[in-house]
Amino acid sequence: MTTLTNITLKIWRQDGPEGQGRFETHQIPQISDEASFLEMLDILNERLIEENKEAIVFDHDCREGICGTCSLMIDGQAHGPQKGTATCQLHMRTFESGDEIVIEPFRATAFPIIKDLMVDRAPFDRIVEAGGFITAPTGGAPDANLIPIPKPVSDSAMDNAACIGCGACVAACPNGAASLFTSAKLTHLNLLPQGQAERFKRAETMVETMEEYFGSCTNHGECESACPKEISIDSIAVMNTDYRKSKIKNRKALSRR
Amino acid sequence: MTLNLDSKIPEGPMAEKWSNYIAEQKLVNPSNKRKFKIIVVGTGLAGASAAATFGELGYQVETFTFHDSPRRAHSIAAQGGINAAKNYQGDGDSVHRLFYDTVKGGDFRSREANVHRLAEVSVNIIDQMVAQGVPFAREYGGLLDNRSFGGAQVSRTFYARGQTGQQLLLGAYQQLSRQIGLGNVKLWNRIEMVDVVNIDGRCAGIVTRDLMTGEVRSHAAHAVVLATGGYGNAFFLSTNAMACNVTAAWRAHRRGAGFANPCYTQIHPTCIPQADEFQSKLTLMSESLRNDGRIWVPKDPDETRPAADVPEDDRDYYLERIYPSFGNLAPRDVSSRAAKRAVDAGQGVGPLKNGVYLDFADAIGRLGQDVIEERYGNLFDMYERITGESPYERPMRIYPASHYTMGGLWVDYELQTTVPGLFAAGEANFSDHGANRLGASALMQGLSDGYFVLPYTIAPYLSNLLNKPIPDETHEAFTAAEQEARDRYQGYLDIGGTKSPDHFHRELGKIIWDYCGMSRTEAGLQKALSEIPALHAEFKKDLRVTGDGHSLNQTLEKAARVDDFFELGMLMCKDALVREESCGGHFRDEYQTDEGEALRDDDDFAHVTAWEWSGDPENPIENREQLEYEVVKFATRSYK
Amino acid sequence: MAQTLSRGPVSGTAVKAPAKKKPFIIDLYATAVGKKYVMAITGLIGIGFVITHMIGNLKMYLGVVTESNGDQIYDLDVYGEFLRELLVPILPRTYFLWGLRLVLIGAVLLHIHAAYGLTRINHGARAVKYQSARDYQVANFASRSMRYTGIVVGLFIIWHLADLTWGFANPDFVRGAAYYNLDQSLSRIPVAILYIVANIALGIHLFHGTWSLFQSMGWNNPRFNAWRRNIAIGTAAVIVAGNCSFPIAVMAGVVEYDPDAVTHPVEEAGE
Repeated sequence: MTTLTNITLKIWRQDGPEGQGRFETHQIPQISDEASFLEMLDILNERLIEENKEAIVFDHDCREGICGTCSLMIDGQAHGPQKGTATCQLHMRTFESGDEIVIEPFRATAFPIIKDLMVDRAPFDRIVEAGGFITAPTGGAPDANLIPIPKPVSDSAMDNAACIGCGACVAACPNGAASLFTSAKLTHLNLLPQGQAERFKRAETMVETMEEYFGSCTNHGECESACPKEISIDSIAVMNTDYRKSKIKNRKALSRR
Repeated sequence: MTLNLDSKIPEGPMAEKWSNYIAEQKLVNPSNKRKFKIIVVGTGLAGASAAATFGELGYQVETFTFHDSPRRAHSIAAQGGINAAKNYQGDGDSVHRLFYDTVKGGDFRSREANVHRLAEVSVNIIDQMVAQGVPFAREYGGLLDNRSFGGAQVSRTFYARGQTGQQLLLGAYQQLSRQIGLGNVKLWNRIEMVDVVNIDGRCAGIVTRDLMTGEVRSHAAHAVVLATGGYGNAFFLSTNAMACNVTAAWRAHRRGAGFANPCYTQIHPTCIPQADEFQSKLTLMSESLRNDGRIWVPKDPDETRPAADVPEDDRDYYLERIYPSFGNLAPRDVSSRAAKRAVDAGQGVGPLKNGVYLDFADAIGRLGQDVIEERYGNLFDMYERITGESPYERPMRIYPASHYTMGGLWVDYELQTTVPGLFAAGEANFSDHGANRLGASALMQGLSDGYFVLPYTIAPYLSNLLNKPIPDETHEAFTAAEQEARDRYQGYLDIGGTKSPDHFHRELGKIIWDYCGMSRTEAGLQKALSEIPALHAEFKKDLRVTGDGHSLNQTLEKAARVDDFFELGMLMCKDALVREESCGGHFRDEYQTDEGEALRDDDDFAHVTAWEWSGDPENPIENREQLEYEVVKFATRSYK
Repeated sequence: MAQTLSRGPVSGTAVKAPAKKKPFIIDLYATAVGKKYVMAITGLIGIGFVITHMIGNLKMYLGVVTESNGDQIYDLDVYGEFLRELLVPILPRTYFLWGLRLVLIGAVLLHIHAAYGLTRINHGARAVKYQSARDYQVANFASRSMRYTGIVVGLFIIWHLADLTWGFANPDFVRGAAYYNLDQSLSRIPVAILYIVANIALGIHLFHGTWSLFQSMGWNNPRFNAWRRNIAIGTAAVIVAGNCSFPIAVMAGVVEYDPDAVTHPVEEAGE
């Protein structure tokens, strides 16, 4: 266990959605390298309260990298410099004494800033509400082992289902696109036999809801690199295929009615 | 004793009680369902599944979460798995065996009928979740895989890598989202419930505070379901998420709901030990690791060699030694206390000597690193991110930490609290786990309550209200409660003291952990019961909350939650004090066998203690529900 | 784009009045994903053209050939005539060539229109930029400069047409004499440099474009995914190497118009 010294934090402060934001500089004279990044902010907040100042608002909850509540652009990277790691699992051992660390909220038009570092990610819920589910009313399910699912298919669905909905993909994307988030959910459900009945309807409604809020994918790959669950952009290709097919298949299905 | 603790257990043999109940319950016909409004607070497994199912059935549903999205609820962090009596492995599992294991695992302090129902519906849960697209782990043949878990001798745990809770919650969240999208459920996000309102002896609604604007307002309904989780954060350091709190349950308790068995708290044996004093929370390493990991400490307290250099003869595999038949899979309470004994004896490992080894060297040697990576890869990665050490190269260090609370709001067989119209589901109620919860049973209980129990058991209550007007938000009881809440929050801002809510939370947590943690003594509990009120008095005098009450203020939110933890902390210690026996998660040093195992007192304490609010947090009123065991006979729990 | 903070209950978000069904293609093109298909397909047409164009131009290295009637003629000019004669006698002379040109023009216009639409969407998606420096991990110069390399290539194409098709940017232009015009144009040092710069921009554009079109079209298969990058690198490298060799060859004198080598030499203008 070693101690880092002289960390300078440049932190974005903003009073509310309409407020004019600004960077505020704070010094952290000493911090253990065992501390997590958010614990460092906790300590700073304790100090601010001691100084009778308002604590810095930031989103966080489970601190195990699974709930997806935490966010933050740290030194220009969503969730900071460590690959495959959400902000809450980032530890100070990733940094060095004397570092200046810049902390900004995730930015996208669809993610308005609520206060300081906290943003609203409600459009993600809208995308799921539009079709990110398999319709399976309680009580009518057949036996779980009725339909065998090949292990590679199940594994691939799981890879995509691992998405924690943190929004890092949008934050990292130069275009503010949510293609990775949407395609991860779409690929998870569209791969499974249970998801086939609604496959193309799902592709159509989810993509079109996504486009009400977010930018378009130009295949930079920043989302994949920022994703704390390392979800592959191959899913975006799956989404693009299914959306194209959906436009044709949905029309065919409708014209037969 | 003024609470009515009628458990409403249905007639008939144990295995037929639930089907008898379903056959005989009152129903609400489909066209009448839309006349009823149900409020569901919390969107974890229990809340989301209940709200989604109510929505499907046709009720008007309003659901509340203090997170930005329902998907953030802490159910998401459960790692290991979910039990179900499917017997897919053909290893002798059955509903009866799951029922028996759960009652025994709960140290004979749970209600048999509830547990049997849980075991019965466990099979439906797996069917339901697979139909929703939960990608459970599978064998190469395409069928579902199972693993074994603590406290069971069969493999009945279904899992999705180390993210079972996440996958199940997302399944329930997606069903809820579908209902929100269709307009059957209204979602209120970033809104916290701060009070329950009762009018004419029934729960008439809730009072909420908008975390973004500070707005306090009321919501009237025919019935309210609290699915607001447990109170493990009373210990400050726990594996619970930072925002987990007892406020909803506690406010309901203050309005007349009995609070049952608050001293039953589960200490999970496999967490990453605390690394420094600033630590904000502890991280769980799934219990499933104990399938392949071997737990040991050096025999010599002064051992300085790295783990790999300690020869076999100098290691103490204490679980395998003391409990040869269950070994490293001994139940949570048993293995937690064993770890505590080792660390207290000075055999702890790590820089602060506050952990024990969980060693995978044998498993890697036997199965190869690939298999271990496939099974636990994400857990190993998580461990390495937190500690900077690779478990492939050196053993993990683990230590018990507060993880789950078996106690909670007292509910009857219908999951109704002592306040008519107020229901509690999931970890927020006390019902199914007795004094100790078995691994992979929390997910099972949350989904069982939400999908398969509440949708049936809420109907009889609602059917009595058919075509009767209910008071709306303008009723004076609502306006009075709103004013009380506004005053309460303004009060925290007005104290203008010197210490932050976190400071008090940390101090409070330390008292509760020291005296009401893994082992408890009469003297310690007495001490806690004098220290907590003193600290609470200081809190009321010296709290400092910066910022204001009409924009997002996390310090203010925290202050209110800590305030409720103080009162709960007193109740936990009081409950632990009057329960003069050791059982499950409640271990009193005075009551143990010669070998240091829990010593139950079935003659005097085979009851549920449901506490009633008296207006004075130091003097709650004790009520008892006697537990009757028709099927499972009392036996000393032995895992040897 | 929605951007205001919503409060109050959320419900019925998926219940939408059924939109009036537009023709399939317009409906698809109205979406960003649809525009990306258009980018990919028109880009693919462009790549096809660029490759054919380069292969055709490589004929300049073959020098003079003897026609069946005994005329000596530059092979490049034979190729030029071949293009004009395509599908003759099914179609009159140059009809098919014009057909190809129209497809190409249409593709370029659609490519630009879709790119413009996508750029507007993307700018709108992050109205307030990051206030601190971004640290990109994998987005490379090629992917982030698509619209700039695109503009460079677009402007170059106009110049290129003016120079070698319409001829008004080339004082020595003689209609139909491809080899001669080429030599005259690329002998000018600034023009040669412009060609090289523009083709490097084209290479960068193609490197991201080729890889990207697999993604946009959803041509995604674990067995060839690893090859997508290599195909992109290969395409870009071949185009840049081939196209840049022309001005270099002219400057180096490897390719030089020799009126004595052919039967019907060009009447040099302005002399």
